[in-house]
Amino acid sequence: MSETTPQSVDMRSRAETLGEALPALLAQAEHLASTVMLGEHGRRRAGMGDEFWQYRPAHAGDSASQLDWRRSARSDQHFVREREWQAAQTVSLWVDPARSMQFSGDKSRPPKSDRAQLLALALSVLLLRGGERVGLTGEAARPRAGRAQLLHLMEGMTRDLGEQDYGAPNVAGLMSHSRAVFFSDFLGDPEEVETALGMASDRGVKGALVQILDPAEEEFPFDGRTIFESMGGSLRHETLRAGDLRDRYLDRLAERKGRIETLARASGWHYLCHHSGQSAQSALLWLYTALERGR
Amino acid sequence: MFMIGPLGFTAPLLLLGLIALPVLWLLLRAVPPAPIRRRFPGVALLLGLTDAEAETDKTPWWLLLLRMAALAAAIIGFAGPVLNPDQRNTAETGPLLIVMDATWADARDWPRRIDRATALVAEAGRTGRPVALVRLTEPAAEPAFQAAGALGQTMAGVTPNPWAPDFTGWAKALPAGRFSSFWLSDGVEHPGRADLLSALQSRGGVTVFESPRPVMALRPAQFEDGAIKLSASRLPATDAAEVEVSARGLDPAGIERELARVPLSFAAGAADAEIKLSLPPELRNRVSRFELAGIRSAAAVSLTDDSLKRRKVALIAGQTGAEGLQLLSPVHYLRQALEPVAELIDGSISDVVLANPDVIVLADVATLSPDEESAISDWLDKGGLLLRFAGPKLAASEVSRASEDPLMPVRLREGGRNVGGAMSWGEPKSLAPFVEGSPFYGLQIPDDVTVSAQVLAQPDPDLPQRTIAALADGTPLVTRKAVGQGQVVLFHVTANAEWSSLPLSGLFVQMLERLAVSSRPTAPDAKDLAGQVWVPQVSLDAFGVMGDAGDVAGVEGADLAAAIASVGPSAKMPPGLYAGDDRRVALNVISANTVLTAPVWPADVAREGLDVQNEQALKGLALAAALTLLLADLLAALALSGRLWGGLRKVAVVLLAFGLFAPHNAQAQAPQPGDARAIEATSEVRLGYVLTGDARVDRVSEAGLAGLGTRLTERTTIEPGAPLSVNLETDELVFFPFLYWPVTADQPAPSSAAYAKLNRYLRTGGMIMFDTRDGDMPGQTPESRRLQLLAAPLDIPPLEILPEDHVLTRSFYLLQDFPGRYTNRNVWVEAAPPDAKLAEGMPFRNLNDGVTPVVIGGNDWAAAWALDANDVPMFPVGRGYTGERQREIATRFGINLIMYVLTGNYKSDQVHVPALLERLGQ
Repeated sequence: MSETTPQSVDMRSRAETLGEALPALLAQAEHLASTVMLGEHGRRRAGMGDEFWQYRPAHAGDSASQLDWRRSARSDQHFVREREWQAAQTVSLWVDPARSMQFSGDKSRPPKSDRAQLLALALSVLLLRGGERVGLTGEAARPRAGRAQLLHLMEGMTRDLGEQDYGAPNVAGLMSHSRAVFFSDFLGDPEEVETALGMASDRGVKGALVQILDPAEEEFPFDGRTIFESMGGSLRHETLRAGDLRDRYLDRLAERKGRIETLARASGWHYLCHHSGQSAQSALLWLYTALERGR
Repeated sequence: MFMIGPLGFTAPLLLLGLIALPVLWLLLRAVPPAPIRRRFPGVALLLGLTDAEAETDKTPWWLLLLRMAALAAAIIGFAGPVLNPDQRNTAETGPLLIVMDATWADARDWPRRIDRATALVAEAGRTGRPVALVRLTEPAAEPAFQAAGALGQTMAGVTPNPWAPDFTGWAKALPAGRFSSFWLSDGVEHPGRADLLSALQSRGGVTVFESPRPVMALRPAQFEDGAIKLSASRLPATDAAEVEVSARGLDPAGIERELARVPLSFAAGAADAEIKLSLPPELRNRVSRFELAGIRSAAAVSLTDDSLKRRKVALIAGQTGAEGLQLLSPVHYLRQALEPVAELIDGSISDVVLANPDVIVLADVATLSPDEESAISDWLDKGGLLLRFAGPKLAASEVSRASEDPLMPVRLREGGRNVGGAMSWGEPKSLAPFVEGSPFYGLQIPDDVTVSAQVLAQPDPDLPQRTIAALADGTPLVTRKAVGQGQVVLFHVTANAEWSSLPLSGLFVQMLERLAVSSRPTAPDAKDLAGQVWVPQVSLDAFGVMGDAGDVAGVEGADLAAAIASVGPSAKMPPGLYAGDDRRVALNVISANTVLTAPVWPADVAREGLDVQNEQALKGLALAAALTLLLADLLAALALSGRLWGGLRKVAVVLLAFGLFAPHNAQAQAPQPGDARAIEATSEVRLGYVLTGDARVDRVSEAGLAGLGTRLTERTTIEPGAPLSVNLETDELVFFPFLYWPVTADQPAPSSAAYAKLNRYLRTGGMIMFDTRDGDMPGQTPESRRLQLLAAPLDIPPLEILPEDHVLTRSFYLLQDFPGRYTNRNVWVEAAPPDAKLAEGMPFRNLNDGVTPVVIGGNDWAAAWALDANDVPMFPVGRGYTGERQREIATRFGINLIMYVLTGNYKSDQVHVPALLERLGQ
């Protein structure tokens, strides 16, 4: 008979909770991803690959083994069979683990982090299905191909939830000339985003910034004497008439959004502001096409 | 008591608390409203923003004022404010006698009088005076003074009585010692008041209380010139006023309701008003009482008795059409006697029986045709009174000679007899006194009534019982026999003065009245009522409410007559309806000659009206005001801290839960109870089946329709939802295009409301498929008999066996057989109209858009369609491959049927396709 210690009970219940949440999240992501139809997405040029691309007349320098004799036998010329160039792309995802992402303005809405994880996973499903390699920045999940990677991604995203109030993109482990997608509310220090984006651009990384906001953050539906605190409690602001602050807050928010967007455009990234009150599908579609464009 | 103007305070020291208010001002002013803490990531963007106005960190002045007012209201409330505190009578000491008239006139504002008396008792209790209360309508007895507390508890049970007070008796019964009196007078003069007043004054001070409200009294209704005369009297006679008199009685269903209502206008200064109300006899005979609408007193109610009732009497004379002197007409005297008091009907016997009269008078009618005889016999069995008079024709006829005629009370001897005529011996005979037991018992016989000729009864064994009046020599003059519930009465003389002087006398009218042929035109006098005991049946209390009289001893007719005429009701003879042998007499509080006069009080008697200012405790009001202000403060505080709207939503939810919002508003918003089902039934096509009460049959119906739905979804564009059960009594039918109604042998028939619903459903294009599920049985089965019963009230058109060219045979599949589990070919649908012309071999069917409202068969289709949870057929059909083929055809029939239900005559229009194609081709 073994003694059940409180620690082991706690760990087990946490593990079970996680185990319950993960398949649900995965199923949701799969469901979301299934709404996007994947087309043929070769590189549209000749190269290494499995799929047939074109026959071209042989010219000097082609080795005899390259000739496609079956095609050549039908005419007087010699033809070389070319295959489509297929190269797997690497996409690194960063989902803001900070506590500000835990915010939800209404009980009926999930926190922002849920939406961010869902979008990231659904995008991963699509990309993995397309044969790309997907991973998380940092050490959590190195980019790999294959469906098994999904589980690693999921674990990586849900495991390391930060303690700080606002997060900054982690660019460690970004591979040169790969793609990256950053999910965050970008309400923290914009300088850090600039720095991170600069480092990414230095390595030739292109990608997308997805700013996820709660509708309450867009509307500021508060009034009366209020003390606002950040999710971790590190920042606080007291006002006697919250309603009076609304216009100025909205101005600042617009300015922040504008700054992030300008930053993204300047470094050749794409920018999307997504609200957790909206449908995730349109955001996923946008993301998919944004990555497609960047190729 | 501390007084400020009309306001007194029971706890004035608490008012000192008001001094604390300014302190509160300073205190509250320093404390700003509490903030809300919110977690909000956007705070990063807020840093550095400052508030535009800084002054709101103090409570705004109006909120302060609100709170101060609330507190002040609370303090004042607890200080016990009383408006107009009652401080009268506090100077007097000694016992207090409260004298209440407690008559019918008090009933109009009885609660206020009781309130006044209760206040007096309470006041006496405060000053420790013993108190007694007497009701002058009760039998006089020496009043017992007792402690106010003991008396106060019995006050609610004190009620007035519907008769006049006994002033003289009470004047003698008063105790000797000194006491002061408070007399709650009813405002109407009654005899002996001065005696009682002087007796009271001799014991101590007297205060008289009189209500300023007028006394209204309704006199008994009288019948005059074919109309009912209603009159009312009032006291005092002031401005012009209008009251409404309502006639109440039983309607044909036996429920009491208002039969008529007529306004009665008092001219200014007039004490009396009257109006004539003309009612159809049927309605008038049903009136049981008149009342002044809205006045709660026995004086405002006048019970009606038989005097208002007019019986329908049919007069039929033997020699109709014969020329003769009017005075010789056999019915002339009857007509004279009855015309003022009854509705007379003339005509042939067969006609008048149809009018269902109360009485048929046959004056010297001898023979009746067999038809007439049976008609009269039937009418007699139902309680009619056949009154026959003898005459020359009866005497000469053979009617009731050898054997007793059913419509004659006795056998007659041939020829009759003449006495006292010119050619006979003896004197005309006079009448013997009526014996006890005769309906005429008690009537005075005038000396001048003589009989000179009569028909004679055969001496039969039961002749003495049937004789109700006889001549002095013992020969029967009037005989009576009961037939069914009715009776036959024969006067052995003529109805005119030919054979006797009886029709000329007043006795004749009285005899008719006793026989209930007529009813008395005016109030009964002592002569009418004497000799009988009258038992109260319905009694009237002082508030004018009718009740069962219970087992009260009967009263002598003479006393009753006196009470009706002048004395009025008393404790021994309460107002109400009194029943005698064959009629009822009403004793009302107000008789025809009651005069209402106001009492005149000596100048030295203190008088008081109801318009005194009652003391009114304002504590509750002040506390309510304080609470209201605090609520307003709550809202204001919420508004200031920005929590109002979120909070209001919650408050609204709570209020709704407690039903504090006006219910009709809530209902206007809330979905109706049937909405959910209506949406369920209409959001997609639903097939319905009628619940039979047999769970197994219902289950098969549901499975069958579900199976058919599956097949429809597989093969056609119709994709019905799960079938819905339909309870004909409670559910709305219009949502269903198709109802499957399996018939069981013991199914209860729907109610008439359900039938109305079904007929509406059929008329507006619904279809019901009746399935007797007995296709394998030959002949009449219990189910088909049940179906005939169930379908009888339904609006079903003529039916025919499904013809070969019917649209049902081609609406989706081409079919000629319509099997279910059984393969009976007899499936009935609406017959084609007889004038339907054949368009290329097909009759036109255009009723209900060409859809037959019913399909009737017995092939147990649902069982053939039924699939279980695994989509495997639930029941075997036939054998082997043939059986499966039959099931397939059954399914195809179901598909055809639903197609037909949903598309109507669309397929029938296909006959025009060649013509259309031809036209298109050109």
